[in-house]
Order: sequence, then C-alpha cells, then structure tokens
Amino acid sequence: MPIQYYIGLAATLFCIGITGVLIRRNAIIIFMCIELMLNAVNLLLVAFSKMHYATAFIRNANTTAGSDAQLFVFFIMVVAAAEVSVGLAIIVMMYRNTHSVDVNYLNRLKN
Amino acid sequence: MSITVVLFWFLTALALLSAIMVLLSKNPVHSVLWLIVVFFAISGHYILLNAQFLAIVNLIVYAGAIMVLFLFVIMLMNLNAETEPQKNTWLKLAGAISGGSLLLILVSVIRSATDMTGRTAQVGEGNIGLISNLGKALFSEYVVPFEISSVLFLSAMVGAVVIGKKD
Repeated sequence: MPIQYYIGLAATLFCIGITGVLIRRNAIIIFMCIELMLNAVNLLLVAFSKMHYATAFIRNANTTAGSDAQLFVFFIMVVAAAEVSVGLAIIVMMYRNTHSVDVNYLNRLKN
Repeated sequence: MSITVVLFWFLTALALLSAIMVLLSKNPVHSVLWLIVVFFAISGHYILLNAQFLAIVNLIVYAGAIMVLFLFVIMLMNLNAETEPQKNTWLKLAGAISGGSLLLILVSVIRSATDMTGRTAQVGEGNIGLISNLGKALFSEYVVPFEISSVLFLSAMVGAVVIGKKD
C-alpha cells in the first residue's frame, strides 16, 4: 500500500480533529478531538515503521528496524492514558464549579 | 482488487465518516460511540499493517478504558443534546474553513513530496509488530522509559485524586 495513502488518511483525521477543537464548545468533545489527533499520529507512525522495515528487509532478512516506532506508539498510548485521567478530573472540577462544560465560561478566569 | 486493498479503503472510509460524525453529533454520548468506531477502524488498520500488539493495546486502552472513562464522566454530568452548548454559525464556518485549509496545504505537500513517491508500507507481512519482538525490545532497550512510565501513572493517579477531591 503506498505510504502516501496512509499520510493522507492521517492528515485528514488530524484536520478533522483540529476542526472539532475549533467548532465545538463542549470541553469533553474538545478533549475527544485531541484523542482523535493523537490516534492519527499513531497510525502514521505505525505506517512509517512498516515502510522503514520494508526497505531494511531487503538488505538484511532478520532486521528489527521499525520496532522502535511501534514502541513509541506504545509510549504515546501510555502517556495519553495518564493525560486522560488528569484531564477528565479537571473537567469534572470545572463542571462542579460552573455547572457547565462550556469552555466559554472559562473566560471568567481573565479577571 | 485484492482483499487487503478492499479492506484498506473500507477501514479508511469507516474511520473518516465516523470521525466526521463525532463532530456532527449533538448528543455527547453519540460522539463517544462514534469515536469508539474510529478506534476500531484504526485498530483494523493496525491489523492490516500486521502490528498486532498495537491493535490489541489500542482496543484495550483506547476503546476499552479511555472511552469508558469518557462515557462515565458524560453520564455523571448528565449531558445530553439539550444542554449542549452551541457556537454561532459564523464561528463554526470559520473553524471548518481553517481546518479545511490546513488539510488542503497538507495534501498538496504530500502530493508534491518526491521522497515519498514510490515508497510503500508493507501490508499483511513482516514480524516487527508481533508481541515477541516488541516485548524483547521493550524489556531490553526501553526498560528505563518503561519503568519511568509507571512513575508517570502513579503521579497521574495522585493528581486525578487530588484534583477530583471535594474540598
């Protein structure tokens, strides 16, 4: 499968995530769009690792090139899981204070 | 057309349509369910790329744990389509236009990148994504970051409890 298809798919998913952050006001949906962007990047890393492996395989049949990228994806998932737990705790705290998940209410932090 | 090509386009269309439905759903619970469909499609892509470990981890961690946490929080706050805050139409249009412009620029860059033409991602073969290879690399080369991530989890747990605590 040509690598450009995967880059195009990941870029499209990333841009859908960015559009979601821009057009929604619900804090939870914005957070979900951030998760969508992280997953687009993960998909691209895995596709690139397989591309790297395919070129290294020609020179050396039992190469492990590309497994680094898959471990990066694993660590990204680990960090994302930690981030979600803290982020959702912050959103719950915000809901408890403002009784809304609308991010526009957060502009009262200005004064 | 071989079966992998058909599967690739099916999973791509599924991922993109459900990602758009995440944005368009008025009800936050429906957004979460569509996002789970996106994660399943991405896991299908991982299986197609023979990254079986990541496919399973993606399903367990994202579709299993994280999305259940989202659903739990949404149901705890009792959010539904009536309480959903709405931006005005012009701001939505501006957001959609800026996201689309970024996509346009990225696609034009991808199409004109000469060092990406003719490169292919290996589909359906190759054993770097199997759990034995990744496990060996994880517990030999990457054992220090792996242990540090446990500290990260501990601090995230403490942080979530401290933030969520009623004071």
